[in-house]
Amino acid sequence: MQKQEFTITVYTENQIGLLNRIAIIFSRRKINIESLNTSPSEIESVHRFTIVINEIEDVVRKLCRQIEKQVEVLKAYYNTNEEIVWQELALYKVPTEVIAEKVKVERLLHEYGARAVAIRTDYIVFETSGHREEIEGLIKALEPYGLIEFVRSARVAIIKDSKGFHEKLKEFESFEPGANVIENEFLDKQEEVFTM
Amino acid sequence: MSTLELTKEKAATSVSKTENISGSEAVLKAFVAENAVTIFGYPGGAIMPIYDALYDYQDQLHHILVRHEQGAIHAAQGFARASGKTGVVFATSGPGATNLVTGLADAMIDSTPLVCVTGQVFAHLLGTDAFQETDVINITTPVTKWNYQVTDATEIPSVLAKAFYIAKSGRPGPVLIDITKNAQIQKFDYKGYEPCTHIRSYRPKPIVRKKYVEEAAKLINAGEKPFVIFGQGVILGKAENEFKKFIEKSGIPAAWTIMGMSAIPTDHPLAVGMLGMHGNYGPNVLTNECDILIAIGMRFDDRVTGRLDKYAKQAKVIHLDIDPAEIDKNVKATVPVWGDCKETLPMLTELIQQKKHDSWLQRFRDFENEEEEQCIIPELNPTDEVLTMGEVIKLLNELTKAEAIIVTDVGQHQMVACRYAKYKESKSNITSGGLGTMGFALPAAIGAKFGAEHRTVVAIIGDGGFQMTLQELGTIMQKNLNVKIIILNNNFLGMVRQWQQLFNDKRYSFVDISSPDFVMLAKSYYVEGQRVSQREKLKDALATMLNHDGAYLLEVMVGKENNVFPMVPQGCSVSEIRLK
Repeated sequence: MQKQEFTITVYTENQIGLLNRIAIIFSRRKINIESLNTSPSEIESVHRFTIVINEIEDVVRKLCRQIEKQVEVLKAYYNTNEEIVWQELALYKVPTEVIAEKVKVERLLHEYGARAVAIRTDYIVFETSGHREEIEGLIKALEPYGLIEFVRSARVAIIKDSKGFHEKLKEFESFEPGANVIENEFLDKQEEVFTM
Repeated sequence: MSTLELTKEKAATSVSKTENISGSEAVLKAFVAENAVTIFGYPGGAIMPIYDALYDYQDQLHHILVRHEQGAIHAAQGFARASGKTGVVFATSGPGATNLVTGLADAMIDSTPLVCVTGQVFAHLLGTDAFQETDVINITTPVTKWNYQVTDATEIPSVLAKAFYIAKSGRPGPVLIDITKNAQIQKFDYKGYEPCTHIRSYRPKPIVRKKYVEEAAKLINAGEKPFVIFGQGVILGKAENEFKKFIEKSGIPAAWTIMGMSAIPTDHPLAVGMLGMHGNYGPNVLTNECDILIAIGMRFDDRVTGRLDKYAKQAKVIHLDIDPAEIDKNVKATVPVWGDCKETLPMLTELIQQKKHDSWLQRFRDFENEEEEQCIIPELNPTDEVLTMGEVIKLLNELTKAEAIIVTDVGQHQMVACRYAKYKESKSNITSGGLGTMGFALPAAIGAKFGAEHRTVVAIIGDGGFQMTLQELGTIMQKNLNVKIIILNNNFLGMVRQWQQLFNDKRYSFVDISSPDFVMLAKSYYVEGQRVSQREKLKDALATMLNHDGAYLLEVMVGKENNVFPMVPQGCSVSEIRLK
């Protein structure tokens, strides 16, 4: 099995200290987190972590089981890049004079779909969103003209096949698993555990 | 009035009316309501309000003052393991809390239910490097099943209810609750204690799926050479009877991990011994020969499996475990049976055929005979003058009629004790399995005695391990506790020395350890004792120890350079186990 990018989506309670509990599952195994984002989810009071790592699938599956084992974690899913829609956001601060003087720069920004979010006499801040390669492409292109500052956000991702977490949550809220939950959902799809 | 009745009365009265109480009192009310009445602890600045409240609760809560917080937590572990209940600990902030870390890690890896309450500095001082402030929550996160910091007293009843529920349910583990001093002092309207029975994000038991039980039964019924290996899951699940019925109907030979030991009597006709690095010959070799390997409540630790890529490759593996993360973690399961073995074993027993596997069982006995000749007889009936650890255990078996709780530390004596000790009752073997914590035995034996007051508790400890937590002799003295202590003294850190002999060309690097006069040391704590180094005096000495009314320390001088065999050398397959 080859290492590849996996996006782990974790539904959790909103609890202080949980970020650490999840982060140490990776650091204990000397696995680098490429990107980590926490945000609200489609359900009020349920939080959503989006974590990107480079690993083989077998390791990712085990990591997800360790994450799910945490008391405040509702569910963990992992997906390959093909199974998700994802975006990252980046901000670039460029000297205003460069834009004003060099037509090429203006064209470049246009090409990459950059949008000006702040315009000052001395600098302009542009924003792009997209996949890693596009964002990195624009940095490279801007570098010769003097990029003052650059920052990129963590990845946010939507699982293509997901039907949302509402139904699952009902199951979690019931005191005892209801009569309709006869099957162990994990065992049902042993090969695709933790994918919706 | 019994504690239980008191508990009920207390619970009933507390629900009916609202009272204005302090956070500290709410902590104690929770302990009473959970019937967690034996507390091991040590006071200090940040937990003083709780200790002050405890002053008025001495009729309901039994607090044992230890000599070091590590002693408190190991005692709570011993209590939990002997009683099957949750062990509870009080410690103060800073050093008090950090001294719990080893015990938390030990309880985490050995799935021992604990609730530890630590004091913390005032909430407004958090993060200011205040006196005795440490970031206990973050220090203990990797070694707790759950932890939580309380800064407001109103949270205390529900947080403690959650703590007890999480510690005991599913796969048990340690929970730590850190309570800031202001929350301990704060008065609030107490509405009574309600035990926790459900947490939305927490599923203690996976739902059992019949299809996999059926598949497992089919495999077992078709198996020619099935082999059961079991761990502490059987004991934690209180499934000893269900387990016995399962092996007795299927006629399958069963071997235990160090943590599973005593779940069935050691003389059970289907018991074939211990697995692992210093386990028995047959179970190790035949793991690589069986056709169906049925693992029950065990986690395929590396000390059990040896080299993983040569482990049971020929076998179809059925894995019963309550923790989904254990399935496929180390050994890929052909059929995973997730769930509480108390539920899954009877389902499985119903579907399997009544069978006998006489010739297969005989294979184990044949290996046993070979092991007997090469390892066991020399250890238990030595011909030279020096005493062996094994003969001490053999005599102890005879004198206690295999009815004692044996608490062991870590090292050669632990392996010898676990190899040769005989058990009739479950929860009789208490040892630090996963973490291998030297210094565990003495405090754990104290806890075990409180957890099973009617039973004889014998701690077997090496000369090295005893010196790590010997301060708990003070606790034994103060509580006048009837704990029997055997120090097997070989004047070496024996297990490391054995490895250095076998794998490092006898380069004995810092394993030569000297000891104080243990008997005199015990006497200074008013604990009776004697030293024995002659075979003819050993049995009498053991009998004197067991018959003595109160604690007793027996130091047995054993061979300096004796080794524990058989042994699966690290990096070798279980079938490459060495007899010498």
